Amino acid sequence: MTTATSQRFKENARAALADAQLQRAIGDAGGGFVLRRQEAAGKLPEFDALRDSAQAIKEHTLRHLDLYLEAYEERVTAQGGHVHYAVNAEEARAIVLDLCRKAGARSVTKGKSMVSEEMELNAFLEQNGIAAVETDLGEYIIQIRHEAPSHIIAPAIHVTKEQVQADFRRVHTHLPADRNLDESTTMLTEARNILREKFLTADVGITGANFLVAETGSSIIVTNEGNGDLTQTLPKMHIVLATIEKLVPTLEDVSQLLRVLARSATGQEMSVYTTLSTGPRRPGDPDGPAEYHVVLLDNGRSAMLGSPFQDMLRCIRCGACMNHCPVYNAVGGHAYGFVYPGPMGSVLTPAIIGIENAKHLPNASTFCGRCEEVCPVRIPLPRMLRAWREREFERHLSPATVRSGLALWSFFAKRPKLYSFATNIAAQMLSALGKRGRFRRLPLASGWTRHRDLPAPQGATFQAQWKARSRP
Amino acid sequence: MAEPGKRVGLFVTCLVDLIRPSVGFAAVKLLQDAGCTVEVPLQSCCGQPAFNSGDRRTTRAIAEQVIAAFEPYDYVVAPSGSCAGMLKTHYPELFEGDAAWSERVDGFCGKTFELVSFLTDVLRVTRVGARFDGTVTYHDSCSGLRELGIRAQPRRLLAGVDGLELKEMTDADVCCGFGGTFCVKYPDISNAIVAKKTECIAASGADTLLAGDLGCLMNMAGKLQREGRSIKARHVAEVLAGMTDVPAIGEPQR
Repeated sequence: MTTATSQRFKENARAALADAQLQRAIGDAGGGFVLRRQEAAGKLPEFDALRDSAQAIKEHTLRHLDLYLEAYEERVTAQGGHVHYAVNAEEARAIVLDLCRKAGARSVTKGKSMVSEEMELNAFLEQNGIAAVETDLGEYIIQIRHEAPSHIIAPAIHVTKEQVQADFRRVHTHLPADRNLDESTTMLTEARNILREKFLTADVGITGANFLVAETGSSIIVTNEGNGDLTQTLPKMHIVLATIEKLVPTLEDVSQLLRVLARSATGQEMSVYTTLSTGPRRPGDPDGPAEYHVVLLDNGRSAMLGSPFQDMLRCIRCGACMNHCPVYNAVGGHAYGFVYPGPMGSVLTPAIIGIENAKHLPNASTFCGRCEEVCPVRIPLPRMLRAWREREFERHLSPATVRSGLALWSFFAKRPKLYSFATNIAAQMLSALGKRGRFRRLPLASGWTRHRDLPAPQGATFQAQWKARSRP
Repeated sequence: MAEPGKRVGLFVTCLVDLIRPSVGFAAVKLLQDAGCTVEVPLQSCCGQPAFNSGDRRTTRAIAEQVIAAFEPYDYVVAPSGSCAGMLKTHYPELFEGDAAWSERVDGFCGKTFELVSFLTDVLRVTRVGARFDGTVTYHDSCSGLRELGIRAQPRRLLAGVDGLELKEMTDADVCCGFGGTFCVKYPDISNAIVAKKTECIAASGADTLLAGDLGCLMNMAGKLQREGRSIKARHVAEVLAGMTDVPAIGEPQR
């Protein structure tokens, strides 16, 4: 069962807002992504045309997903690899454990993989006596802090440099206590030395996949640290974890998607490393794993096909939506209570863990539309958040106070004559009460007046005044 | 002077109707000055609170009522990007696949506009004869900006207001945290967002905040006042119409 805390979003958010250190960390980081994306997009005149093309590629793939899955599996198998299908996280975990046991694995290195987070794989392997080490620096940091990622491409964005320093001293106890960790570079060197050892001794390497290519049977990862390459080439077994919507028809398609991915994510033209892996080591290859496995996880995706949420499956996990989200930027990623935060998470999470377990997420949006504006594959995120709200309304999942308030409002709104009459009385009463021009406190409006003043009505409603003026 | 083919039905919006009728009268003046005849049919709300709460049935009932009420007019104009966005871009979603309504909905959406962009883009107004002595900063409300593409239009008209100086704030296009029912459902988050916004407003050095949506303005004005800042807030239509003799939003009535 998932350990999601999405149901406690409100409490999580309140705690996040009160956490000065967290606020400092996310405050420092947020704006950089936005500026860098804007610059990168601005330098490429065809950026918007590329977004159209990226959208079209993913739409096409999703329409024919069954065919591309088959073609992909065929290619992987022909090259000596194996494809395993898992309906849910539990099945996927069992498959990975089984493979690790067959490889006699005691230690596993991992490249950054959100699907692995979704499966909660690390804890599971740990329980089964297999040490899993994250090799992406951000992932490594949150692993030693026993935390979940708070951002899909910058998992440790909520952590300050000082916190990392303290964590390294706490965990790397075999190193001299008086070593200098004041610079980012010295911390980086320390992490690199620790991880180097892990790379060399791992029995299995597990990576995610940004794309799976049907044409060639390749899996593709993009990283900035090169850790993914060491993870997948050094151990004797390479396991790729991916969900089914990562399929793309051809390498040509991938090259188009790559052009919008890094620009949208970090503002880079390309990530530092773009690594393809295609099957196990062939005779004559200087290196590579002896065994190559792909675990293809569904976990709610196939049910999204043909539903109002199908467009969400276009997502290429750049994180631009969260970087541009006022709510995400206020509360950070952990408040969302599941692996995927921000707007994309608020659409995807209910599909994975059930809307009844994630009721707040689709509501925690101002519908400002900035996420859709920057999405490289033009996912209509606000529209899909609204579609979840509709499901909640239909299933009576929305809070009783909201429903009864809405019902009362609807009664009047559907009767304009009565509405105008009632609002005119209310406006004049409130205006008489609010002689100072505004209210500092008002019963039934405490949600508003706790933090800000509420302007009082000027007097009679516009419609009443207009009628009075128009009278001959 | 009124010209044929310029009969405008004013969609007042429920917030202007209830809280700040002077914005409605400013809209009327701007439209009349540009040669329109303005009428105000009986109305309630565009239905957005129901729409964003997932209640499609109520929204559809309200939409049918609005479309019918505004059928006689050449144009429907609202002093709000959010309400105009609802009418123009979201109403069609409510009638998808309904052949009986499609023509009426298309007709309605095609003639519906937000006030300032209607003045500039349809009526080709380039200058309003107004005066405002002060420095202002302009907040781009999200729906107007992203659903209707309103950004340059208000700035263009403000540039022609005598005595007015525009000082842009940073992140003028970032949400103020209002979000309709969002601000009362998640007051703490909304507060954190609007607190960032008032920082930007204050840092601009302007003494008046302008925007095209009363909801956002009430949120930002209320926060500015709670923080004890002296910056005033007004709907952009009030300044463009030269009707700034009424107290600013949330200020005591004289």
